[in-house]
Amino acid sequence: MNLAAGIIPVFIPGTGRTVRVEGTNFPMTSSNLGVQSLAAPASDPSAKQIVNDFSIQIATVNGSGSQSANNVLLRSIFRMGIPVSGKNLFPSNIAGLPTWYTIRVSKFGWVARNPDIDFLIAMNAETAREDVLALHPGAGVIYDETLNLSELRTDLTFYPVPFDKLAAATGADAKIRKLVKNMVYVGVAAHLLSIDMEWVEKTVRKQFSTKPKAAELNLNAVRIGFDHAATMLIKQDPYLVEAMNATEGKIIIDGNAAAAMGAMFAGVTVVAWYPITPSSSVVEELIDYMKDYRIEEDGKASFAVVQAEDELAAIGMVLGAGWAGARSMTASSGPGISLMAEFAGLGYYAELPGVIFDIQRIGPSTGLPTRTSQGDLMFVAGLSHGDTKHVILLPGSVKECYEFGIEAFNLAEMLQTPVFVLSDLDLGMNNWMSEPFEYPDKPINRGKVLTAEDLTRLGGFARYKDVDGDAIPYRTLPGTEHPAASYFTRGTGHNEKATYSERPDDYENNMNRLARKFDTARTLVPGPVLEGTGSEKVGIIAFGSSHFAVAESRDQLVREHGLATDYLRIRAFPFSTEMHDFIAKHERVYVVDQNRDSQMFNLIKMDIDAADVIKLHSIRHFDGMPLDARSLTTPIAAHEGAR
Amino acid sequence: MATTAVLPRPEKINRIGLQILDYRGGKTTLCAGCGHNAISERILEAFYDMGVSPESVMKMSGIGCSSKSPAYFMSRSFSFNSVHGRMPSVATGALLANKTMRSIGVSGDGDTASIGMGQFVHLLRRNLPMIYIIEDNGVYGLTKGQFSAMADIGSKLKNGVVNDLPAVDICSLAIQMGATFVGRSFSGDKKQLSTMLKAAISHRGTVVLDVISPCVTFNDHIGSTKSYKFMQEHDEPVGEVGFVPFFEDITVDYDPSTSVDVRLHDGSSLRLRKLHEGYDPADKTEAVRMLMDSHHKGECLTGVFYVDTQKPDFTSMLNMVDEPLATLPEERTRPGRHVLTELMEQYS
Repeated sequence: MNLAAGIIPVFIPGTGRTVRVEGTNFPMTSSNLGVQSLAAPASDPSAKQIVNDFSIQIATVNGSGSQSANNVLLRSIFRMGIPVSGKNLFPSNIAGLPTWYTIRVSKFGWVARNPDIDFLIAMNAETAREDVLALHPGAGVIYDETLNLSELRTDLTFYPVPFDKLAAATGADAKIRKLVKNMVYVGVAAHLLSIDMEWVEKTVRKQFSTKPKAAELNLNAVRIGFDHAATMLIKQDPYLVEAMNATEGKIIIDGNAAAAMGAMFAGVTVVAWYPITPSSSVVEELIDYMKDYRIEEDGKASFAVVQAEDELAAIGMVLGAGWAGARSMTASSGPGISLMAEFAGLGYYAELPGVIFDIQRIGPSTGLPTRTSQGDLMFVAGLSHGDTKHVILLPGSVKECYEFGIEAFNLAEMLQTPVFVLSDLDLGMNNWMSEPFEYPDKPINRGKVLTAEDLTRLGGFARYKDVDGDAIPYRTLPGTEHPAASYFTRGTGHNEKATYSERPDDYENNMNRLARKFDTARTLVPGPVLEGTGSEKVGIIAFGSSHFAVAESRDQLVREHGLATDYLRIRAFPFSTEMHDFIAKHERVYVVDQNRDSQMFNLIKMDIDAADVIKLHSIRHFDGMPLDARSLTTPIAAHEGAR
Repeated sequence: MATTAVLPRPEKINRIGLQILDYRGGKTTLCAGCGHNAISERILEAFYDMGVSPESVMKMSGIGCSSKSPAYFMSRSFSFNSVHGRMPSVATGALLANKTMRSIGVSGDGDTASIGMGQFVHLLRRNLPMIYIIEDNGVYGLTKGQFSAMADIGSKLKNGVVNDLPAVDICSLAIQMGATFVGRSFSGDKKQLSTMLKAAISHRGTVVLDVISPCVTFNDHIGSTKSYKFMQEHDEPVGEVGFVPFFEDITVDYDPSTSVDVRLHDGSSLRLRKLHEGYDPADKTEAVRMLMDSHHKGECLTGVFYVDTQKPDFTSMLNMVDEPLATLPEERTRPGRHVLTELMEQYS
C-alpha cells in the first residue's frame, strides 16, 4: 500500500513542508502512573517499522459508546502533529449492529479512505472473524481474549487483552463498564502504537471538560489498558506513530458542524427541518451554536427553528420565510429532497430565496441511509417539473462546507432563488482536518430589495422586470409601508408586473429571463479550482468529497506511472467558463462521480461544445464507501496505458 | 347660469384614514354568483372596518378557486398563492420571518381536507396566529366538480354520482387539534360572517372559519348539501354573534344567563347570545358534542363554536426578538470574530 517506511524526503500536502522520514526512532511514552520503570515495548530491532503511515480500524457494535474512545485516539495522534482522518462506517440502526471506525494516519497528509487496514481493534464478536480474515499479512490485531482469534491466522500479530477483567479493575459500575472497556482499548493501542500518553490525557480531559469525574474514570481506564499492554504484550507489528509538526493550528471537524457554523455566520434567521440521516446534525449543531451565540441580552432569540411535520412543510416554511425577508434554510437528504421537488419549482419560478443543504446518501428510495453518495446531483440540478434549474454549491472540504454555508445565503438573496448546497455523508459526518475557518470578509448581501423610500422615489416597481440587464428583478418585503409595495406572488404564469397571465409572449419572455438569470449565476457562484501546471495532456474533473482521493491518486499516477495530470475541482452549478476552457485545453478528461449514472459527466456533456464531448471519460465509484485513491488510479492508468 | 359651488361629498374613511377603495382587489374571474366572491367582499369590509393597514396583511393561499380569490380583495396587501394544500407551511415561514404582520389564508375544502390535511393539522397544533378560511363547497371547481373530502355522505353530483364516504368534520377536527377560534358561517349570511371576521381579526391564534360557499356551477343542485337552498333550509345558528371593536364604547349590557362575553386579544368584545341548550364556547368537549349531534340531525350548525384566548400562539412560544427577524441588521445576526475564534479553539 505504501512506500516502505523509508528514508526519502516526503512532501506533506497542504503544509508546504518536506519531512525526512526514518523508521528508527521509537519514542518512549508514559502513562504517568509510576510505571516508567516497566519494560519498554520489546521490539525486534531488525523488523521493518512503518511510521505514521497506516490505518487503524476499530470494530465495535453501534450504541456501545465507542465514539468517545475513537475520538480520543484520533485527536491524540492529531495533537502529536501527525495528519489523520477519521471515518465512521455505521449501520442504519440504534444499537447492536456492527460499526467500524477507521483512523488513517498519514505523514503524507492523505486523508481519503484507505481500504487497507493495518491495525485492527476487534471488539465485536460478530464480525471479528471476518474482520481478521480481511487483513493483509503483517497486520496487528488487538482483541478480546475470549474471542480466540489467534487461531485464525499465523501471519498476523495478535494482542489478546482480557477486556472484562481490566474494565472491572477500573472500579467502574457494572452499568458503565461497557463504555469503560472502550477506553481500555485506547490505552492498549496507545502503548502498542506509541501514542504519546500526555496527549491522550489532555484529549480525554478536553473531551470531558464539563464532567471532571467522568474524565478521571476514563483516564484511569486508559492507564489500566496502557499498563497492561506495557507489561503483558510484546510489540511485534511494524506500525507506530512518531511526533511530527504537520497539524499545528489545524482543527478537526465534520462537514455538518462546519455547514451549521457557516449558516450562523451567514446570519440565518429561520430554520425549518425534518430529521433525516445523514443531515440531522447540520440543524442539531446549528441549534447548539445559536443557543450559545444568537440569544440576545434579554434572553430572546434572533432566530426561529421549527421541526416541521415533513420535508414538504420544511421547504414550504423556508420559502415562506425567504419571501417575507428572512435568511432561511433547511437541511435534508435524498428522500427529503424528493419530497421538496414541487416547492423547489415554486421557488425557482416565483423567485424566492432559501438555502437547502442536501447531505447526500445512497438512493434510490430509502437506499443505504448511512452510506455516502453523490447521487442527487442530476436530480437537484433540475428539481421539479417543467424547465426548472437550480444553483448548486459543491463544497469539497469541511472548510468549504463553512464558506459555502455562508455564501449560499448571499447567492440565494442576490439571485432570488433556492440555492442547494450538496454535501455528502462522507464530508458531513466524518472527521476531517482543516485549516481554521476564516471570519467572513464581506458584509451580508441581501440582494435587490426596495424600501418604501425607494418606491416613493421610483413611483412604483414591476416585480419581474429586468431593470439592470442581469435578469435579476427587484422585490419588496411584506410589510413595506407604501401603497405601491405589494405584489402577488404565484406559481402560475405571470408577467413582469406579477399579474396572472397566460399570454404566450409573457410566458416566453419570463422563462427566457430566468435562463439569463441562470447565466448571471454562472458569474457569481464559486469558480473551479485548478491544480497542476495547466499544460498537461490529461485532465481530471471531480467535485465534493472526491477531492481527497483525487489528490492522492494524482500522486500515485506520477509516482507509479509517470503520468502528470491537471485537476479541475468543480465547486458549483451552473458551470463557469473556466471549466469549458479546461476541457478545451486537454486531450483527455476523466470525470469522477460517486454515483452509477455518471451524473457530473452527463451534466458537463450537456454544457460543453459537442466537439469536446469525446474527450470526456467517466470514472464512477458507487458502492457506498467513501472514494479511495486506488479506485481512480487503477482505471486511469489502465486507460492511459491502453492508448 | 347658476354658479353655485358644489362641494365634493366627503369620502367615507375608516379610523386610519383609508377609504374602502384602498381595500379593493382585482376584478374577480370566478363564476357569477360564486359564494367566494361574497366572502372576498366580507373580508375586505372587515379589514376596512377594523382599520387594519392593508400593507400589514399577508394573504396566503394554496390552489383552487378559493385560493385564487386573494387576488380579488385588498390589492395593497402582500399575497402568496402557493402550491396545492401547502399554504400552512408557507404561512408559517412568512410569520416567523415577520411576526408583526397579520396573516389571512384562504383555502378550500379540497385544498385543506384532501391534499392539504397533513399541513393543516400541524398549523392547528401550533396555533399559528392567522385567520384560516375554508371556502367550503364540497367539490373541486377548477377540475370540474369532483368530490372533496368535505363532501357529505349521500350528497349527489350533477351527473348522479353519490358520495359514499363520510365528510371530514373540519370544525371538530380544528377544535381537537388546537385551533383557538373555530366557527362556521355561510357566504350568504352577510351579518354573521362579517361579525365573525371582525372578531377573527381581533383574535391572536389560529382562527378556523369554515364558510359554506356554494359552487353555482358544480354543486348547487338538488341533492347537494352545499347549495344555497340547502343552507337556507338547514342553517342552524348555535348562537347569535355580536361584536364590539376595541375602539368603540360598549353601550349595551348583556345578560350572563343568556349570553357569553369573550374579551379578545386587542380588547374587542365578542358577544355570543345562546340559542342552543348548553352552548359554552369555552368548552371544547361540549363544542365537539354539539357539532356531532347537529351533523347526525342533518343540520348545518353555524356560529362561533369555540374560543380560547389564553393559549399562547406559535410565534410567542418561540421567544423571538420583538422586531421582525427579516430585517434584523447584520450586527444582530452575524456573531463577532471572537465567536469564531472561540469555536475554532473548541475544534483544535
